[in-house]
Amino acid sequence: MDFILHVPVIGLLLQFIGYLVGVMTTNGSLIITLSTPIALGALCGFMNERSGVVNIGIEGMMLFAAFVGWYVAALVNGGAPTSPGPLGITFPLLVGLLAAIVAGVAVSALHAWLSITVRANQIISGTIINIEALAITGYLNLLISQNPIPSAGNFQSFHVPQGVASVPVLGWLLTTFLGHGPITLTMLVLVIVLQILLFRSRWGLRTRAAGEHPRAAETLGIDVIRLRYRNVLLGGVLAGLAGAWFTLEYIGTFQGGMTNGRGFIALAALIFGRWTPIGAFGAALVFGIADALGQAVSFNPPSGDLGAVLSGVPEQVFSALPYLVTIIVLAGVVGRSIPPAADGQPYEREAKAT
Amino acid sequence: MVVSEAASSPAASKPAALEMRGVTKRFPGVVANDHIDLDVRRGEIHALLGENGAGKTTLMNILYGLVTPDEGEILLGGKPVTIASPADAISQGISMVHQHFMLVPVLTVAENILLGEEPMANPVLMDRKAAHTRIRELGRFFGTEIDPDLRVASLSVGWQQRVEILKALYRNADILVLDEPTAVLTPQETKEIFAVLRRLTAEGTSIIFISHKLYEVLEIADRITVIRRGKVVGSRIPSETDEDDLAELMVGREVELTVDRGESHPADVTLAVAGLTVSDDRGHEVVHGLDFEVRAGEVFGIAGVAGNGQDELVEALAGLRRPAGGTVELSGRTITGASPRRLHNLRVGFVPADRHRYGLVLVFPLTDNSVLTSYYRAPYSRGLVRDADAIGRHAEQVIKDFDVRTPSPLVHASTLSGGNQQKLIVGREFFGDLRLLVLDQPTRGLDVGSIEFIHRQVIAKRDAGTAVLLISAELDEVLELSDRTAVMYRGRLVAVVDGRSATREEVGLLMATGGREGPPPIIAEGAA
Ligand SMILES: Nc1ncnc2c1ncn2[C@@H]1O[C@H](COP(=O)(O)OP(=O)(O)O)[C@@H](O)[C@H]1O
Ligand SMILES: [Mg+2]
Repeated sequence: MDFILHVPVIGLLLQFIGYLVGVMTTNGSLIITLSTPIALGALCGFMNERSGVVNIGIEGMMLFAAFVGWYVAALVNGGAPTSPGPLGITFPLLVGLLAAIVAGVAVSALHAWLSITVRANQIISGTIINIEALAITGYLNLLISQNPIPSAGNFQSFHVPQGVASVPVLGWLLTTFLGHGPITLTMLVLVIVLQILLFRSRWGLRTRAAGEHPRAAETLGIDVIRLRYRNVLLGGVLAGLAGAWFTLEYIGTFQGGMTNGRGFIALAALIFGRWTPIGAFGAALVFGIADALGQAVSFNPPSGDLGAVLSGVPEQVFSALPYLVTIIVLAGVVGRSIPPAADGQPYEREAKAT
Repeated sequence: MVVSEAASSPAASKPAALEMRGVTKRFPGVVANDHIDLDVRRGEIHALLGENGAGKTTLMNILYGLVTPDEGEILLGGKPVTIASPADAISQGISMVHQHFMLVPVLTVAENILLGEEPMANPVLMDRKAAHTRIRELGRFFGTEIDPDLRVASLSVGWQQRVEILKALYRNADILVLDEPTAVLTPQETKEIFAVLRRLTAEGTSIIFISHKLYEVLEIADRITVIRRGKVVGSRIPSETDEDDLAELMVGREVELTVDRGESHPADVTLAVAGLTVSDDRGHEVVHGLDFEVRAGEVFGIAGVAGNGQDELVEALAGLRRPAGGTVELSGRTITGASPRRLHNLRVGFVPADRHRYGLVLVFPLTDNSVLTSYYRAPYSRGLVRDADAIGRHAEQVIKDFDVRTPSPLVHASTLSGGNQQKLIVGREFFGDLRLLVLDQPTRGLDVGSIEFIHRQVIAKRDAGTAVLLISAELDEVLELSDRTAVMYRGRLVAVVDGRSATREEVGLLMATGGREGPPPIIAEGAA
């Protein structure tokens, strides 16, 4: 404790802010990459919860999709090298991506059936998915690793041409936002498209109505059950993309439990972002920054007083940063961020009014 | 059974727009609709009259596809139709304004109106401009335009009801069902809506108008069908009937429409409220410095449109919400922010508006419910042990004195009808010698028999020297019971009038405008 007393705290804080800004500018691209699974997971939650279905099984959906996508890609690949197209796209990787999406949709179908048709407790349904995904993928991975097959590799980032990249500001913007693999790029497009659709499209209006007051929606002729099914299944597509990001884009291999709580952080991002796509993306960036900061401190530590102070902090604290940020964010925001009014309530058709 | 087929009625010669034949619906333990026949002609206003629980809403929910009937058929323009969902009803030209708001509070006026039938600019995006034009047009039909971009949550109750009606108009219905649309309106707003209904029938729309207010039905209807306990018990035309006749038909026996309340003899000030300020859950101040007194032996009524701060006022007086400022005194003792238990110990009774949330524990037997406010003290409890016998005896007493109809004191409160649940609460809260009674909408949703009974008990308490504070959005109830009537408007008491000479119109106008000139505001109190 006492070394803090010797260093002026204000000076330290300024140094830290300077370091943070440095990390954010030099690692802008990494931050967006790291926030991709969180943003996609949050979009999955968004699709569910805006229509009135709580989904805490995003973590499990992502993990399952990550495994299926990786394994199917490897199987299709069969060890033979294929020459990649732009963004490192190969036939096996595309099939793997499709398989990951199908896996996400399949798990979502289970969640939809339990939550909407059976009207089971949605928290328990999500919990089951998380536990089962961890166990099943871990077990299958163990089986496979006894007889390993080579992975199909992964998607590559788009390279902004050197000439453009060296233009001040514009070059930075382009490399930060476009220097990514196809899944991250898709995420960026989806955030904008879903934001517009939520407030401008018929689908968005009906989704909001079903999540806020399903009975009112039904009295206007809207089939709430079908709408919720469709949204939860579409959410599965997004969870599938998020899973594929781990094994087909970020790294080209699978490890047990590799989603590492990103699905739960996605839920926090959804709440922090007030259940809107742009808000959730902004929140995902905050977690991406925490993640990137944790990495930067160990690979590229700051110099001077700040470096001295930080070197006294155990490394694990920095790895834990995204989770600490989650706790702080949730403690500060929960209660002020208002979920859709009918979120988590199963809908029954026959009128129960008196 | 049909008294007059009224050849004189202008609608008589017109064809039937809707016929319901032999419609039957059974819920566990109750036949909500028992072979109901109903025919509605083109361009007429057909009133469905019946007590709470008679089966009016169920019948209309069947017509609207929300409830599946067990038996019976529906004919539109002479042809049998199947209506399996609201979507079917809408496509057949039926619209309905439901008894409880079917509005999505966080959506805008425009979004609420368009939902389900959105004008599209292209296959994906909505055409907001076309929508707004259409909504402004419809608004003009009402005589007042409404900003389509306002959030519904921010509207006053009266305007929310107008949006409900706009929703129905937007769909160009041939048959428009209105289920107790006036329950939340002031008399002036009711008149305005009646004018709109008349214009609609002139254009050929058929209207089914549901109410249990006799004078309204007599004013607006071309024909009246009366339902009692799920059966049609008669049919009338307004010119050949009156309130007493309709009341008897509706209840099945002669009823006194007003209790004989006699003279009151106000004594000392019991409740003195000074500068009371209360905030809502979001921290907005919604009760602004109220001052009033209630004397022993009088009923002080507070009328007002729902949502003008009454809920917060009641909670502050009942110990459920801490006032932000001001003082409350009971017989000279300060009780500002006192807990419910302390209030009960000071002999204050409280009947909450929401009997399921605050009044009863539905899964407890009547015995335990009868001592919810006193279970911890003798004779119901000795030390740590409750005395089941004493509690049982108390429950029997309440059940007997307050006419609670139940097979046994040991059944769960949830098995009783609303009226009997309420009589149980009243029995518990009115028990013994009280200093003050706080009554929040004490007869909401009850049948005429229960209302009559509770009203008589209130007068009896008053005559025994209790100070009674009655808060109700039901204007007729306030006028009927109060010795002095105050009007609450936007968190203030804007006027106190004599309870006996005040007219419905006079108080209604105060409720709508707060006594100020100009049209009543659209935005509700406390809404941003
Ligand atoms: N969904 C339901 N389940 C069980 N009972 C119901 C249901 N809806 C209505 N009821 C019962 O049917 C009867 C008629 O109710 P309702 O049609 O709402 O009457 P009204 O509209 O005339 O007040 C009441 O006894 C009510 O408790
Ligand atoms: Mg009803």
